[in-house]
Amino acid sequence: MKNILKIVSFSGLLLTVAPAFLVFYRVIDKPTHFLLMIIGTLLWFASAPLWMKGTSLE
Amino acid sequence: MSNTGRNSDIGGKSTLVQRLDAFYEYDREPVTENKLHGWKTFIAMFSGEHVAGTEFVLGPLMVMHGVSAFDFFVGLLIGNILAVLSWAFMCAPVGVKTRLTIYWQLRKTCGPYLTVAYSAFYAIILCLLAGAMINVAVTAISIPFDIPNPDFVNGDVIPTFPWMVLALIVGIVIAALAVLGFEKIAHFSKICAPWMVLVFFAASLAVLADLNVNSFGEFWKAANEKIFTGVPIGNNSKYTFLHVAGFAWLCNATQHIGMADITIFRYAKKWTQGFASAFGMFLGHYMAWIASGILCAAYLAAGFTNPQPGTIALFGAGTAGAICVVIAGWTTANPTLYRAGLAIQVATPDWKRWKVTFFAGAFMIITACIPAVNAYLDRIVGYYGLFFMPLGAFIFIDIWVFPKLGLISNYAEKKKLLLSWPAAVAWIGSFVTMLFFYGKDNYPWLSQLLGEQPAWLASLQADLLFMVAPEWILSVLLYIGLSKIQQRNSEHH
Repeated sequence: MKNILKIVSFSGLLLTVAPAFLVFYRVIDKPTHFLLMIIGTLLWFASAPLWMKGTSLE
Repeated sequence: MSNTGRNSDIGGKSTLVQRLDAFYEYDREPVTENKLHGWKTFIAMFSGEHVAGTEFVLGPLMVMHGVSAFDFFVGLLIGNILAVLSWAFMCAPVGVKTRLTIYWQLRKTCGPYLTVAYSAFYAIILCLLAGAMINVAVTAISIPFDIPNPDFVNGDVIPTFPWMVLALIVGIVIAALAVLGFEKIAHFSKICAPWMVLVFFAASLAVLADLNVNSFGEFWKAANEKIFTGVPIGNNSKYTFLHVAGFAWLCNATQHIGMADITIFRYAKKWTQGFASAFGMFLGHYMAWIASGILCAAYLAAGFTNPQPGTIALFGAGTAGAICVVIAGWTTANPTLYRAGLAIQVATPDWKRWKVTFFAGAFMIITACIPAVNAYLDRIVGYYGLFFMPLGAFIFIDIWVFPKLGLISNYAEKKKLLLSWPAAVAWIGSFVTMLFFYGKDNYPWLSQLLGEQPAWLASLQADLLFMVAPEWILSVLLYIGLSKIQQRNSEHH
């Protein structure tokens, strides 16, 4: 289960960053880039809190 | 929790000191071996903490101050390397050697009175910084409500009433969350960190197309001609290589050479973990500043005015960018407000935690409604660094150099002094001297008071951002010299 969640999270990060390269090379336009980024954002925040750990030193 | 014995040792007169000791009693002892952390914790912590809402302010500020591309890229590189080296060779070794918090180490070196002063001033600056972060978040939240952001360059001294209402609501929510669960939000901010780094990068890459950059090979030309043009915008002063390098080094001076981060590094297994700071510096203060600078330039090139964090992020990354600004502002305002609350609680021990946090929150909200704070954020951060840095310099010298000079380390603690006068004089003396050399050309009242300056004085034209090394050296020389006098006189008596 954890591995599936990780795959979803990293797909989210990929969707956050990859469209920018496609805009840069004029493959997609900015509205499509915005849409893909928000989908990537949702995927990341829906999955990452379920497997990422955090340590506070304060 | 009792500390009566300790305070009776130092005179038992100051209730403020007693309160302060009682408040920090839980972490009085050095960290034990079983609580130490490895590299991963420090890398995650630095990466999360230094990719913050204010990065959306500082990159554009450099563009507004007309830095050239070379000055920005190389100046930032040098300044950030100096910051990493300061963490690695100065702060982390002290943290690993003493295993104490900054509070207890300061108390040993400088005495309890200066520690109280440190806490009080630190609370004020933290509220100010939390306010800057709220301001950043509101610049994005205001967009869907169609509320204009204040334009300081064009004379907006205060925001509109609806904007202030928004800041009030955001401030109350953040203060409430700070009361309810600091731990959970600290965890959440770590989850946000990798995503935020990518949003900064992606947004800036996407807008390069708007600047007619067709390949990575064309980037440097566009950086020089369209982004970091070397020409200041509005009435801003011109920033050079030294400004950029100096600022990159100075902006976290309180944490590294000012030793505040020994509180963190007391948990490090080895001093070399100080190099983990490179992740914070090169993701947050290098990549993110460059990215937000590019976003600002592209936003202005598109014909818009008043580049604010929310609007430039929306321009480069759409809704995800605006969310990033809100989260970056919120997740960094929250721990900042929490720490401010801790520092304020010292003076108000009878107040409940929520009351202290809301008091700090009120100050934070007022600050958020002053556009000048973010417009001069580099200056504010500069003053903040220079103000606290000497105290860290004293700790460093006290631990590593005093034994070699035949001087007694932690003299204030050993002699049960309430105040180390060499530390007090060297602290105020070095800070005021730096202010004088900066202010003689920049504070009109001081320039007027001095009249025509002698040639040697007039030739010294130093900016606030150049003062890190001079202040460190001056404060250390003063501290060593005065400590020699203090310890010699004490022996004669």
